[in-house]
Amino acid sequence: MELKRIDAHTYQIEKHGNMKVPTVIYTSPALLESIKRDRTLEQAQNVACLPGIQKMACVMPDGHQGYGFPIGGVAAFDLNRGVISPGGVGYDINCGVRLLKTEFLEEDVEAKRGELLAQIFRSVPAGVGKRGILQLSRRVLEDVCTMGAEWAVENGYGLRVDLERTEEYGRMKSADPSYLSKRAIERGVPQLGTLGAGNHFLEIQKVAEIFDSKVAGIFGIHSLGQILVMIHCGSRGLGHQVASDYIRAMENKFGTSGLPDRELINAPIQSELGRQYYKSMSAAVNFAFANRQMIAHWVREVFQKILGNSEGMDQVYDVCHNVAKFEKHEIDGEEKEVCIHRKGATRSFGPGRKEIPEVYRSVGQPVMIPGSMGTSSYVLVGTQQSEQLSFGSTAHGAGRMMSRHEARRKFKGEQIKQDLARKGIELQSTSWRGVAEEASQAYKDVDEVVRVSHEVGIGKLVVRVVPVGVMKG
Amino acid sequence: MSSSYGKKYQFLEHTADAKFQAFGQSLEEAFTNAAYALVSLMWDRDTIENKIRHPVAVEGRDLKQLLVNFLEEILYLLDSRMFLLHSVEGIKIRRIEEKYILDGSFFGDTYEKRYRPFGDVKAITYNEMEIWINEHFMVQVVVDV
Repeated sequence: MELKRIDAHTYQIEKHGNMKVPTVIYTSPALLESIKRDRTLEQAQNVACLPGIQKMACVMPDGHQGYGFPIGGVAAFDLNRGVISPGGVGYDINCGVRLLKTEFLEEDVEAKRGELLAQIFRSVPAGVGKRGILQLSRRVLEDVCTMGAEWAVENGYGLRVDLERTEEYGRMKSADPSYLSKRAIERGVPQLGTLGAGNHFLEIQKVAEIFDSKVAGIFGIHSLGQILVMIHCGSRGLGHQVASDYIRAMENKFGTSGLPDRELINAPIQSELGRQYYKSMSAAVNFAFANRQMIAHWVREVFQKILGNSEGMDQVYDVCHNVAKFEKHEIDGEEKEVCIHRKGATRSFGPGRKEIPEVYRSVGQPVMIPGSMGTSSYVLVGTQQSEQLSFGSTAHGAGRMMSRHEARRKFKGEQIKQDLARKGIELQSTSWRGVAEEASQAYKDVDEVVRVSHEVGIGKLVVRVVPVGVMKG
Repeated sequence: MSSSYGKKYQFLEHTADAKFQAFGQSLEEAFTNAAYALVSLMWDRDTIENKIRHPVAVEGRDLKQLLVNFLEEILYLLDSRMFLLHSVEGIKIRRIEEKYILDGSFFGDTYEKRYRPFGDVKAITYNEMEIWINEHFMVQVVVDV
């Protein structure tokens, strides 16, 4: 295998062996070092061998080893000859990020920051084994999975305008919950409206740097110190079960021989099982949209209660990090509908795409890239270049570089809370151990990830934010 | 009962997720210890009361799929029934025609705040999964956390 440097931040592995297309990696020398230490490049080459893959298999700047596909992996498949793979989406289907803006400045919330976070912690269920507030029937859960964020809005969670500022307008119409297993539904029922645990979080943030004030203004972000709220979570146990169910069903149907990696199991897009997975995955996507819609609503309620005002708390956008969908892209000079897999990657459409709401269509879509606990997060804007370079995709986060085990050995949750407090960051969590595992030192430098995205042109810097309050599940 | 390796399971370094090996004098014991390794990522099972029994019956087209399905049962019971596992009893693995079948029981209790679970596992994966059947038994699993 030869890794060729094409330009400052683009590397390529030429087609060889069973590869049907080359592999393209957007990275920097520093990030490449950590990629080379794990199986990222091997996994990306495996993806390049899948039937019907188009043009190239891409690795985003935050790429690291995953299952089957690498995390930060993006690939497009021909609708007739190609495949769909649950491992190309991941277990946490539509894990994603929602960003709300406020019209408060840091000084407006300073005195009540602790109270604000404590109340959010009470209002948004989080942690392992914690049930949601709603008691849902199976039938209602099916409605949630059919309608996504629309269900939440119709039931009093948030505003209609939020839908337009959500990827897929908050609802994948391809969803059909009748293909969900009983177990997937049973796992979903208690968990709607919960944040979860692990790397999921909710942050109160302030704007620390504005790189592009024109685009930021269109996103509703206009001042240094402006308070934002970022919500990072996914489809919870329901989505995990969908992935496991269809990996199992595809194994049982097609067998596992000939796969370079068992997690790369797949089905032809046009096969019965392929279609069923797509409809079930879409249902899980919708569950996650509804989940974030409800949490955003509770956050607004808390601001209203504690600060007496939630006006101007508009949704900036809501993006998916783990998803497969049908999109039109230019392949060999022709526009063609393909099945895009984004696993730990964010859609990054530039100006003009009809998939993005009118309010952003002149500049491109907002792309939110969360950092690690206590560090910067970023808002980028999608570009037309990304459509050429990465099927309209960019990075999704920092990516771990230290195991949880090692993080627990090195850091103590209580100590991290004190350190954050000294930096002016409030912390609430259900578990000290979870806090230690998520220590920012266990993650790669998100600044470098977004710098590469910006330099390559697959997502341009708009705003940098830092947390003032962090809630971990 | 611990194996001749002197421990039930051990964790190995894995950057993004959690990777463990579980040991036993039998396949059943190795599977049971794999369940304990999985649970150790989420709560302290010694603190969970032994109040409720859930029968477990899973099958797999091969041993790896059987192991995935068996461990997934713990995640399913956690999410759907808020069930926290204390112990695994009486696991039997049989091969019937083209399938492997596992039966046994889970004992534990329903979630209560005092149990203070501390970690989440999203899914059991096939990534780097190994099952060694020699004079001793060992399974290796990476879970998505």
